[in-house]
This record gives sequence, C-alpha cells and structure tokens, in this order.
Amino acid sequence: MKASKRASEWAQQAVFVGPGLIAFTLIVLVPFLLGFYYSFTEWNGLDLDKAKWIGMDNFHRIFMSDDNFWASFRFTIKFTVLTVIGANLLAFLLALMLTSAIKGRNVLRTIFFLPNVIGGILLGYIWQFIFTKGFKTIGELTGWHLFQLSWLGTPQTGFWGLTIVFIWQTAGYMMVIYIAAIVGVPKDLIEAAKIDGASYFQTIRKVMLPLVVPAITVCLFLTTSNAFKMFDLNLSLTKGGPGTSTQSLAYNIYAEALVNNRYGLGTAKALLFFLVISIITVTQVWLTKRKEVEA
Amino acid sequence: MFTRSQRIRSVIVQALTVLLAILFLSPFYFVLVNSVKSLGEIMVDAASLPEKYLFTNYSKVWDIIRFPKVLGNSAAITLLSVAGIVVLSSMTAYRLARKPTLFNRILFTAFISSMIIPFQSIMLQLVRVTSLLELRGNMIGIIVCYLGFGMSMSVFLFHGFIKSVPLEIEEAAVVDGCSPYGVFWRIVFPLLRPIVMTVVILNGLWIWNDYLLPVLIIGSNKDITTIPLAVTRFFGQFTKQWDLALAGLTMSIAPIIAVFIMLQKYIVEGIVAGSLKG
Repeated sequence: MKASKRASEWAQQAVFVGPGLIAFTLIVLVPFLLGFYYSFTEWNGLDLDKAKWIGMDNFHRIFMSDDNFWASFRFTIKFTVLTVIGANLLAFLLALMLTSAIKGRNVLRTIFFLPNVIGGILLGYIWQFIFTKGFKTIGELTGWHLFQLSWLGTPQTGFWGLTIVFIWQTAGYMMVIYIAAIVGVPKDLIEAAKIDGASYFQTIRKVMLPLVVPAITVCLFLTTSNAFKMFDLNLSLTKGGPGTSTQSLAYNIYAEALVNNRYGLGTAKALLFFLVISIITVTQVWLTKRKEVEA
Repeated sequence: MFTRSQRIRSVIVQALTVLLAILFLSPFYFVLVNSVKSLGEIMVDAASLPEKYLFTNYSKVWDIIRFPKVLGNSAAITLLSVAGIVVLSSMTAYRLARKPTLFNRILFTAFISSMIIPFQSIMLQLVRVTSLLELRGNMIGIIVCYLGFGMSMSVFLFHGFIKSVPLEIEEAAVVDGCSPYGVFWRIVFPLLRPIVMTVVILNGLWIWNDYLLPVLIIGSNKDITTIPLAVTRFFGQFTKQWDLALAGLTMSIAPIIAVFIMLQKYIVEGIVAGSLKG
C-alpha cells in the first residue's frame, strides 16, 4: 500500500511537472547556463560546434576597445530614463482624465490602448513612413520647421523619434493599469479630502498618489525593463542608424552576433546585459516597494 | 450640482482627451489613406485623401508576401503555443502549489527568477541547443521554444490563483473516488477560467507579434514564415515602395486589431489582472 502510494506520487510529479519542466530546462535554463561558458570562447554562427576557449579576451575587448557597446549603453540609459518618465506621466494623465466625468470614455480607452496590440516591428515600419513622408507633407502644409527635419537622418532626431514612438506604444498599456488603480481608491477618502478643503491637485498628490503606489511600482518595473530591452522598434524604425548612432544595447548584441557573426563576443555582451538588467530592476522594485501604504 | 469651474474643467478635459485621441490615431490615418494611392501621389502629398483609389496595391502585396499562408502560419503557431502553455503551466503550477516539497519550492523560485533574463542572454546558445535537438526550421521546434519561454510567467500567474482555490472541493472529489488527474481537469481547471484568459491574452499578444525568436528558429524556411518575418523581408526587398508597403502593413495589422476590438474587454481585464499580480 505504502509503496504504491509512493509510486503514484512519483507518477503525479512526473505527469504534472515533467513536460513543463523539460521544455523550460531545454529552452531557458540550459541555454542560459551555457552562456557562462560561451562568454569565454571564440565562437561563430557558421561552426556552432566549434567554440574555442579564450579566457577573458571577450570581456577585455568589451571593456577596453568596444566604443560602440558603451555608446549603445549610454543610448539605452538615456532612452530608458526619458521613456519611463514620459510614458508614465502620459499614462497617469490619461488615466486621470479617463476616470473623470467625460463622454466616450470607453472609446477613448480603446484608442489609447490600440498601439499596444501591434508588434514593435510593424509599428516601426508605420512610423518610418510617418517620419519620412508624413512629416514632409505636414511640413509643407504648415511650414513648421519641426516637421521639415530629417527625423531619421540624424543621431539626435533618430533618438527622439524612437522615444516618441515608444511612449506612444507604451502609454496605453500603463494607462489601463493606472485606471484600475485609480478606480480602486475608496471614494470616501477623496470626498473627505474635499470636505476638508483640499484642492484638486492636493487631493491627487496627498490622497490618491500614495494609494496607487503599487500600480506605480508595476508600471515603472514594466516600462523600465521593456525600454531597457527595446529591440523590435529599433530594428524596423532606424536599424540603429544613421551609422550605429541609435543602437540600443539589445540591438548591439544582435548586430555583434548575427551581423558580425561573433557569437562568443555577443554572448559575453549578453551576459553583461543580464547583470545590468538584474541590478536595475531589483533596485527599482525595492525602492518603490518601500513607498507602498495601505488605505 | 456642478459648480461653474468644475464644468469648465470638464470641458477642457473632454477637448484635451479627444485631441490626444486624434493625435494617437493619426499614424493609422496616414497608413490607411496612402495604402490606396499610387507611389507618385504619395510622394506629392501624403496627407490628403486619394484622388483615385488603387486597390491593386493590396492584391499585389497579397501575392508577394503570400498573405493567406503567413496569416495561417502566425495563427497556427500562436494558437498551438498558447494552448500548450496553458496546459503545461497550469498542471505544473497546480503541483507546485499543492505539493510544496523542497524540490518544488526550488523549482518555483527558478521559474520566477528566470523572468528577469532578457531574451538576448539566451538566444545564441538557444540556436546551438535547438540545432542539436533538430528543433530549428520546423513548426514543432518553434512551438517547443514558446512553451519553454512561456512557462515562467504563466506558472507564476496560475500558482497565485490556485492558492486561492479552496482545498475542500478537491478533498470532496477524492472521497468520491476521483483520481488526482480527474481532480485537476474536472474540478480545479474549470475554476481557473479567469486566469486562463489572462494567460492566453498575455502569451497570445507576445507570440503573435514576436520577431526575433522566429528569425532564429524558423530562419529561411519560407513554409512557416510568420507575419512579422514576412513584412520585414518585404521591406528588405522593396525599399521605398511605399504604395505596396503600406498596403502590406495595413493587411498585416488588420487581424490583430479586429481581434482586439472584438475581445477588448477581456484583453484589458486580462492585462490588468496579469500586471497587478506581477
């Protein structure tokens, strides 16, 4: 009886956990762990089975002579800071407006959310058209200098182009999270603040904001990690150009491996990428978690 | 009831939101009107409505990117992967939640921690592993990859939900002679419906729009090309042919927009539920 019960437990463990664990191990765990080995090798995509151990050479090269990598590092940090602030401010503002008494709230929500369901690759191509042809026409019609710039033609405007599109894409997603949080703030607290003579902005700052901190934690986490890993948009909107001036970190890794065919070096960069992302997201969640309060 | 200043404020807010909404939608306007123009007309004026509606742009691209084929591929890969993720991750999460042995607790921690790993830190080694396992270049391969990548977040979401399902229901079923597998599929799984929706939506949107994994795993096998791959290849071949490109873009984003508009209530709810758990 006891033996058969144990056998049944083993069978259940195997049936319930087995298939998922195998897929996860083969696709995520093993490749991830292999990264620690391949980072120290010279390896290319044509001879996948011939990786040569070269010790610290890849890291030496990255830290000593890879200006492009560090340029894309700075690019990514700048991009992340701006898009996190921009997307969350816009999303919070939209959420505030769409939870007030206005007409057509549901339609408006749908519209603001729409860019989200389309993938970064397709959005990038759409905006490539807007920046090159659409802006040109608007510039001719209005005579505004802003629209007559070659938006994807210079490093600065290329950076702003990516930032604008990313905020446009992300804000709707964060908006629905903020809306859910704002709707969840108890009405009587808001009323009480009003009766006590608090102005509209005081009510938002002192009453609502502290209560939606959990949503802010989530949204900051999501935007930070998505912005830091931005790739699809980069590929289809600017291709990292002009030159390599708008390469994000993820794009730099991709180009190193799949364009320059240096898989070993690419893996080493990806390992650093992982370390940086871990540090940033863990710190950031820890910082905002401390600010959470109960209603 | 409303004071004068409140009324003014609500008019301003109304105007501002409508204005922003128009701004948000304007890129789609440009794509749509120019998708039925000739290239010459686009170059002259990209903002006005077309003088002559040129629907041949659509029929041309339809054939060039083999639209029915790639649409079918995207649909098949997304549906099969999502179904697989739901089955495997719900079963795994159930066992991890109900039998928290040391092994299972470590495993759960491994699932959660792995969510932080960026795709770039896995992809090159994954090319090696999938080549060895002969998972590259075929549909089974890409689906297995999505199962692997989809597990961690989905296990996490199911795990949180299953812990809130009362054990008494299961105990009653066991007393009635139900097998452990029957308990899960007939009693527990039907209760998971809300979180199943969330898992389906989050994974479905991701897989449908995913680009880099299919590039690495499907590569040049034209028989299982997905929409993002086909559009990218098209842009590589027909640079600056905006008349065709915009028709192609319009038909490529149409399916997901249609699905979104039909299911938007569930999609928004699913995303909110998924985010606030995470």
